[in-house]
Amino acid sequence: MSSSPKRRQIANFLYSRPNVLLLLLLSLPLLWFGGVYVSSLMTLLLQSFFHLDDFTGQVVHEFTFSTYRALLTEANLRIVLRTVTMAIAVSITTIFLAFPIAFYMARYATPPVKAALYLAVVLPLWANYLVRVYAWKLILAKEGILTWLIHLFHLDGLLNLLLSLPGIGGSSLSVSTIGMFLAFVYLWLPYMILPLEAALERVPQSLMEASADLGGKPWQSFRHVLLPLAFPGVVAGSIFTFSLTLGDFITPSVLGNSSPFIGQAIYVQQGTAGNVPLAAAFTVVPMVIMLIYLAGAKRLGAFDAL
Amino acid sequence: MNSIAPAVELIEVTRHFGDVKALNAVSLTIQQGEFFAMLGPSGSGKTTCLRLIAGFDQPSSGHIRIAGQDATALPPYERDVNTVFQDYALFPHMTLGDNIGYSLMLKKVPKSERLKRVADMLDLVQLSGLEHRKPAQLSGGQRQRVALARALVNQPKMLLLDEPLGALDLKLRQQMQIELKTIQRQLGITFIFVTHDQEEALTMSDRLAVFNQGKIEQMGSPVEVYERPATAFVANFVGVSNWISGQLAQLLTGSAQSFVLRPEKIQMLDPNLPPPADLCSAMGKIKNILYLGMYTRYEIGLQPEGLLSVVEQNRQSSHWAEGDAVRLLWQREHLVMI
Repeated sequence: MSSSPKRRQIANFLYSRPNVLLLLLLSLPLLWFGGVYVSSLMTLLLQSFFHLDDFTGQVVHEFTFSTYRALLTEANLRIVLRTVTMAIAVSITTIFLAFPIAFYMARYATPPVKAALYLAVVLPLWANYLVRVYAWKLILAKEGILTWLIHLFHLDGLLNLLLSLPGIGGSSLSVSTIGMFLAFVYLWLPYMILPLEAALERVPQSLMEASADLGGKPWQSFRHVLLPLAFPGVVAGSIFTFSLTLGDFITPSVLGNSSPFIGQAIYVQQGTAGNVPLAAAFTVVPMVIMLIYLAGAKRLGAFDAL
Repeated sequence: MNSIAPAVELIEVTRHFGDVKALNAVSLTIQQGEFFAMLGPSGSGKTTCLRLIAGFDQPSSGHIRIAGQDATALPPYERDVNTVFQDYALFPHMTLGDNIGYSLMLKKVPKSERLKRVADMLDLVQLSGLEHRKPAQLSGGQRQRVALARALVNQPKMLLLDEPLGALDLKLRQQMQIELKTIQRQLGITFIFVTHDQEEALTMSDRLAVFNQGKIEQMGSPVEVYERPATAFVANFVGVSNWISGQLAQLLTGSAQSFVLRPEKIQMLDPNLPPPADLCSAMGKIKNILYLGMYTRYEIGLQPEGLLSVVEQNRQSSHWAEGDAVRLLWQREHLVMI
């Protein structure tokens, strides 16, 4: 009422044309998303169809599949397989670790306990990632606290047996695949707990009561009602744990043995080797894997309850 | 022996939530085949009572017997009792067929028999052929029917209904009231019905209990509860009442004993006509006229003081106007001393 006629005019204009208002609201994020995000992704894809001239070391800007042919060598496929296996193992383990915590938070915790648990779950994310990975190196080192604890319980034999396993063992936990796995599970656990908790919280208590009322024993109610309805949360969480493991190059270089992961291969290709097309082609691998993963999840009905 | 045992017995059942006594030493017996209503305002303990019978909650003290067997600590899946939930609680990820057949699937009933019984239930609730729909594709009334079918498919001895008609509009609610009653007679099983709607409780139940602050104020047939309310709370919660005490009671009856008089029991007469000898009477003046369609409510100011509510059916158009002097008449037997 007290506003100037000009402002009134603008307000009326926007009020009568809600689409213009929506466009104004979305233009900046759309510009960012389209200009910076999608276009750089496209550039990346484009790069993977160029190739490196072996003599000059220069990128040849013409369309070719030769980079993808170079990607599909046995050594590279072994890198992919190693990374995907780790991503699957980490995702499955985090699901099992996260579920009880998320379930307790969503169903039983009183508001103050829940707030404390939220804080506890996200607190590690406040500390620098690199520091946390190096902390694991100390924990897992030969003279570290974990080896000491194992010794205390006279389980050295078991540890040595694990470390002697080909592929996942090593001279100590800190340079073994097992150690890397432990660190990954620790690092990505919050990304599984939070979506899972949100999904479980959305399942009304009355549905669980209805299931029990109709004769469902607790595990049957879990299997037929809670799990299917919480499944989108499991998928959301595993998208995080899966893609984060696929892309990470710090943890494998600090902790594992010398066998590289996808992230490390990309790092080496675009850095030391200067082969940007091959690095780009390597980047496409986790993207394709994620697409296959999402298609599989959709087939399982992960998004039906959304 | 079980056939003569009551459907449910509550013996001195108390349920605290912290300091709040949601249910305070309630004892109650419901016979097999009864349509029993639990009526009361929100927070009166009626829903707590239902949840204890269903097994979703445990009493703080006291005992619950179902069909003669102690069921106090029995989990819901061990009780031969099914529930229709207030929010229907249909499983959103299952079709109607799977929702209704859920209890049969858990009991490993063969698929062919399961499908047949699901189809029979859909017939009963008049939703034949909708097996493959999902709950989200249904209207509120249809969901209510599915919830009913799901609870009945297992042929329970007793059905619990937690405000099942609360979310429906008036017409649909009245239709469902009749249908529920018909289904109950057809199946002959015990229905326990929780509602805050006194009209619903009166129309549907064989017997009802009026809950207030965790206690039962009165238990009896609809006619008993309406015509002979035991407490002032019941008189006011079930229907509309004139609750009269003190000086006004002295004036009208010659005793200070407080009493209840239903507005429809009072007749209004032209003050110039002689009063019939066998009726009690009082003089007053019309202060307010509320036209309510089927009937009209009059607020009558008494002389020298006091206010009475009177209801008259609109059998013919009213000839009363505000300010008219009236003679009020009622039968002594309609006074309920409290």
